[in-house]
Amino acid sequence: MEALTSGMPFLVFLIIGTIAVAASILVVAMRNPVHSALFLLLTFLCVAVLFVLKAAEFVAAVQVLVYAGGIMVLFLFVVMLINVRSLPEERVMSAFWKGGLAVGLGLFILFAGVVRPGVYHEPKGNERDLRTQTTYRMRKVRNADGTVTERRVGRSRVVGNSEAIGMVLYRDYLVPFEVASLFLLVAMIGAIVIGKRELLAEEEESTPQFILDRAEKEKEVKEVVNGR
Amino acid sequence: MIEVAPSTAAYLMLSATLFSIGLVGVVIRRNMITVLMSIELMLNAVNINLIAFSHRLSSLEGQIFVIFIIAIAAGEAAVGLAIIIQLYRLKSSVNVDEAKVLNG
Repeated sequence: MEALTSGMPFLVFLIIGTIAVAASILVVAMRNPVHSALFLLLTFLCVAVLFVLKAAEFVAAVQVLVYAGGIMVLFLFVVMLINVRSLPEERVMSAFWKGGLAVGLGLFILFAGVVRPGVYHEPKGNERDLRTQTTYRMRKVRNADGTVTERRVGRSRVVGNSEAIGMVLYRDYLVPFEVASLFLLVAMIGAIVIGKRELLAEEEESTPQFILDRAEKEKEVKEVVNGR
Repeated sequence: MIEVAPSTAAYLMLSATLFSIGLVGVVIRRNMITVLMSIELMLNAVNINLIAFSHRLSSLEGQIFVIFIIAIAAGEAAVGLAIIIQLYRLKSSVNVDEAKVLNG
């Protein structure tokens, strides 16, 4: 039983990794973008499982929520918006697909040459550091000569992965976190402005600004008429 | 019970495979939506790498980086899809080859 459970993570890795690679090949190979999007969803879920195997539970949850929940819905929305059936049936691949395959294969060989199985000395199954939360507080310390000084004292305790990430994210990476929120705001405004459609002439007459402008003009005309 | 987690090298090989597939997708596909999906695939391969090294080094920094990458991927997908929609309105097509106005 022990032999079975000890080999389990590697077995899971093999199965899930194979599914991920197969699904990602299908993402590229599928003709219909809806099928591509669904296989991309499968790839994201498999990658989330791989994150759990490496003791990154919080990131796995974020992966499922943001990628599988948010980004995929966005993709599917756009695919549905751009009615696929109305697109002309034409060849899927670019004219230089052979060159593209060669570039991909060459890059893979390059990557594979860099990976050396022996050199990453594996940790002895100690994942406590990924769950450890360290809090600091100032504490008065009496020195040998009688003076009292304040010193920063850290205390570590083992908590969950999410709490540990929260401590690091909101203490050491607070400024990047705020910048990321600003980035998301800018991206949202940019997406709205870019995706906005130019209004047709008859639609423009029903916009609030147009109605306000028209009311203003009528008022001016009335004032001119009454003034006479 | 000693847990035998899959080695870092195995994760790196998987990540390299996914990245290469994503690159091939970016280069050979003509449908712009599929190209954007391939870019997401490449970003995910990088995430796998970071998580593997975070585990190897017993450091949380890698996981923090992955969270930032996911946030940036979300923004990139939103802007990219908005551009695709606008291009579709202009050209009635989402092929990469159609967008060649700037082609001198």
